[in-house]
Amino acid sequence: MDQIIGLGVVAFSLIALIILSLPRYNRSSHLLRPIPAFQRLHRAISLAVEDGKRLHVSLGKSSLLEPTNPSALVGLSTLERIAQLSIVSDRPPIATSGDGALSILSQDTLRAAYRTGNALEQYDPDRGRLTGPTPFSYIAGALPVFRQEQVSSHILIGNFGPEVGLLTQAADQQRAFTLAASDSLPAQAVLYAAAQEVLIGEELFAIPAYLNAGSAHIASLRIQDILRWGLIAVLVIGAILKIVGISIL
Amino acid sequence: MRSPISTAFAIGIGLIILAGYFLPIPLLGSLQSTLLGWAIVIAAFAGLVGIINLALNHWRKATSTTQSDPYSYIFILAFLATLAAGLWFGPADPLIQQVVLSIQIPVESSLMAALAITLVVAGLRLLQRRRWDGMAVLFAISVVVFLIIGSGLLAGINLPLARDITAFIDRLPAAGARGILIGVALGSLTTGLRILMGADRPYSG
Repeated sequence: MDQIIGLGVVAFSLIALIILSLPRYNRSSHLLRPIPAFQRLHRAISLAVEDGKRLHVSLGKSSLLEPTNPSALVGLSTLERIAQLSIVSDRPPIATSGDGALSILSQDTLRAAYRTGNALEQYDPDRGRLTGPTPFSYIAGALPVFRQEQVSSHILIGNFGPEVGLLTQAADQQRAFTLAASDSLPAQAVLYAAAQEVLIGEELFAIPAYLNAGSAHIASLRIQDILRWGLIAVLVIGAILKIVGISIL
Repeated sequence: MRSPISTAFAIGIGLIILAGYFLPIPLLGSLQSTLLGWAIVIAAFAGLVGIINLALNHWRKATSTTQSDPYSYIFILAFLATLAAGLWFGPADPLIQQVVLSIQIPVESSLMAALAITLVVAGLRLLQRRRWDGMAVLFAISVVVFLIIGSGLLAGINLPLARDITAFIDRLPAAGARGILIGVALGSLTTGLRILMGADRPYSG
């Protein structure tokens, strides 16, 4: 029964994603509600390009073999878009990660962004770095980037632990802009207190859509809304049925 | 379209893995476990490549005439010493493990202590820097309520309904956490599907 429900949800989502990604159903981006953090991110990217400063994207410590990898994949989409947006900058963005495969993918993503922008000569594989393979070594390895690379904005997207508070503190000391989003609850709690701009819960998955990364990203937000309303209806109906004494499962 | 062959491979293998979870076909199951085994080997090799990349990066920094970093020398020395000892004695050797842990644990504990202070300062500064919108007010009220409940000040009060109300408030964080996790799960689902339909391709540089 669980497998059938799961297959049904995945099949429905896939079909809806394909349909809603079509230009006919995806004409306007005004469907997105305004989130101040994204307006500040756009401003921070523009200022970094104008001032000749660097943008730093921290992708977290998620392994691609773990269930937390979607947050890292969102981080990679964001990195690609940020690299495209800052392609005219004197200082290309830098990406740090806490997993070997993720660091290779970050190099690949930067390369793809520069190739798409016909600026492959700007690509430097050193800009996609593994800074440490354990949670604390990752943070300790990323801290020098905050001090040495003339970074004006840090975008922390991925799976972190509470130790991410050390990164936001370092960014504060450098008076740099910080936007942070994580799929981990302890990290979200820390970031709410410590980061300048924080995205909670599923807002993490909206970042590429707000950076105009493509129609599929906007379509996936709409599907998330549809599934969320469906889930709310199931929960409410299930609660009512339980109150009146009917048990379905 | 960029890298159509790697995109086709990624989509095909993704569909096989996904189908293996939902369809009870033995061939799919064995294909799934074989492919996941390969993925583990590739991920381990990627970890090695990442560490070599990290060491080379520090080597470049250490030998740079303009941006030489003394910490990079320490990193390279420690890296080479650990590598040599690990290759000579083997990574499971108790002496190697003891030496590595004797360095790693104090360093990580120090960072943990620094983190504790950082979080206290961040907590104190939170209400200064946040805009006073509805969420901030709700957050401030919830901090006070949960501090009072968590401190056990209300434990001795025997008012009617007080225990039920406290238990209800105690359950709220778990309910909120589930709400956030459901949102994250739905986002993860659509992210995976974008990879499956080739709309997101983090592998085709």
